Amino acid sequence: MKGEGSGARPPAARRGAASAPSDDAAADPGLFVRCPACKERSYRKDVERRLNVCASCGHHFRLTVEQRLLITVDRGSFVELDASLAASDPLGWVDQKPYPERVAAARAETGHGDALVTGTATIDEVPVALGIFDFAFMGGSMGTVVGEKLARLIETAIARALPLVVFTASGGARMQEGTLSLFQMAKSASMLTRLREAGLPYLCVLTDPTTGGVAASLAMLGDVQIAEPHALIGFAGPRVIEQTIHQTLPKGFQSAEMVLEHGLIDMVVPRRELRDTLARLLRVLVRGAAVQAARADSSRV
Amino acid sequence: MRRTYLDFEEGLRALDRARDAARAQGDAETEAELVREMDERSRRTCAHLTAWQRVQMSRHIDRPFTLEYVAALCTDFVELHGDRSFGDDAAIVAGLALRGERALAIVGHQRGRGTAEKVRRNFGMPRPEGYRKARRVFRLAGRAGLGLLTFVDTQGAFPGTESEERGIAESIAGCIAELAGLPVPIVSVVIGEGGSGGALALAVGDALLMLEHSCLAVISPEGCASILERQRSPELIARAADSLALTAPRLRELGIADEVVPEPVGGAHRNPAEAIRLAGEAIDRAFASLDALGPAELRTRRDARLRAIGRAAVR
Ligand SMILES: [Zn+2]
Repeated sequence: MKGEGSGARPPAARRGAASAPSDDAAADPGLFVRCPACKERSYRKDVERRLNVCASCGHHFRLTVEQRLLITVDRGSFVELDASLAASDPLGWVDQKPYPERVAAARAETGHGDALVTGTATIDEVPVALGIFDFAFMGGSMGTVVGEKLARLIETAIARALPLVVFTASGGARMQEGTLSLFQMAKSASMLTRLREAGLPYLCVLTDPTTGGVAASLAMLGDVQIAEPHALIGFAGPRVIEQTIHQTLPKGFQSAEMVLEHGLIDMVVPRRELRDTLARLLRVLVRGAAVQAARADSSRV
Repeated sequence: MRRTYLDFEEGLRALDRARDAARAQGDAETEAELVREMDERSRRTCAHLTAWQRVQMSRHIDRPFTLEYVAALCTDFVELHGDRSFGDDAAIVAGLALRGERALAIVGHQRGRGTAEKVRRNFGMPRPEGYRKARRVFRLAGRAGLGLLTFVDTQGAFPGTESEERGIAESIAGCIAELAGLPVPIVSVVIGEGGSGGALALAVGDALLMLEHSCLAVISPEGCASILERQRSPELIARAADSLALTAPRLRELGIADEVVPEPVGGAHRNPAEAIRLAGEAIDRAFASLDALGPAELRTRRDARLRAIGRAAVR
């Protein structure tokens, strides 16, 4: 998907990018997006052409799974796995809305079965097992379906000797499945331990936001940890921390940049460089895994 | 002895006082009668506890804590300290001990009694260095062929700025992944409140025992109510506790807990010595059931056990 941002723009796009007239926006709000960071209003198509990065401040907008695939994998290489897996209502949960209604609404809105989409693909011709969290699906929360899909994805990775790449975006465990959700953290960590024992690499890309139970399990277990700029990354939510310390948190606390400074991730990579960074890491790691496997084979003979 | 009473235990306060007086006067007959009366009342109360009342029971300050279990159940306990990189966290205790002939590594959350001790133990809420100490001792158990016994008793990992700066999420994830791959038997006992990821970090293994009035929750009922309903009224908190599937019997039904360990009449805090004895029996049974399994079989069984959790809920 290289050169995605260099195509010729229609005149309307150029006008929109330069200054978004407010009457236009009022006429069709879908045409424009407002950057949550700098409040600048831009023509939507223009932002999309920039990989959904704000032209004026560099803010990385949250992506849909489709947008993520488009800028990450080789065109047409993605084959989805277990798309039909769906949550039941194991605890009979009701808050303001019954849980099945919330799930149905999220499915209708996102077009996905649950908050994680899994499959196989190639990234710059390197085959990978790929998982992408969908924050729009109930805050990317991890319940039994996410846990099961991830487990199956890792089984596929092990069976086909593929490296694993996961893009996280999650507020944590899904409350509506109670302690069953809590144990999906254990399920995913145990599967990742198996992947590691099989000698297969795992690259984790933390995108905005990655917190709670997902942060405290699969999102912090990558062999290489990458984050998108300014992504919120942490365990406890900012509000909970502020209630604990009775203070307002400094700006940028729990940002990708802070987490990098504290040595908790390997790098912060802007979206336009992400695909190439993944490809480079994969080329090195996949070769290493192949050499290891060959050594293991020859020592067995 | 100063006792603490939950609101639904208030009826016991006067009886306790009368029993203490009878004992002081050497009136054995009255004492026995009062004890019978109290037991009867406690039995009735405990038979109909709501989920929220169980959460309160699990937090009871008079329940025995990890070090009391260790002192009563083990010999030759030597405590180990520090994570080898930052510090020692008193909210998690770790050490080596014998339980009869069985050599164990022990790791548990540790709450405190009295203001100074509570503060020193950070109310049982560990920071990253606590989980890194735990992980170090998990690894030691694996290398040294020790059975691993964990005690779970925390409202959660400490949600302060230093926890985030030092990587609380990574420290918890590291514990869970380490436990998943350990080549030795792991028995975990939830003795009080098990709050979220900070509890799970010590609760992954081959057998999960839950004391009758202990809990294991993805989020506290208070936290759940304030997120979903934006308020913390007692009714909403109680409803959240019901919904979250956090009690021992419910988790036994869901296949997460392997055994519900009965507590003495009125709860572990009414008779700590008996609660500890009952837990000891369950721990022995759990380890004995794993004795015949080699490292590879343990792993296969543990992987399958974790892999199956929630599977039935997926369509
Ligand atoms: Zn901006």
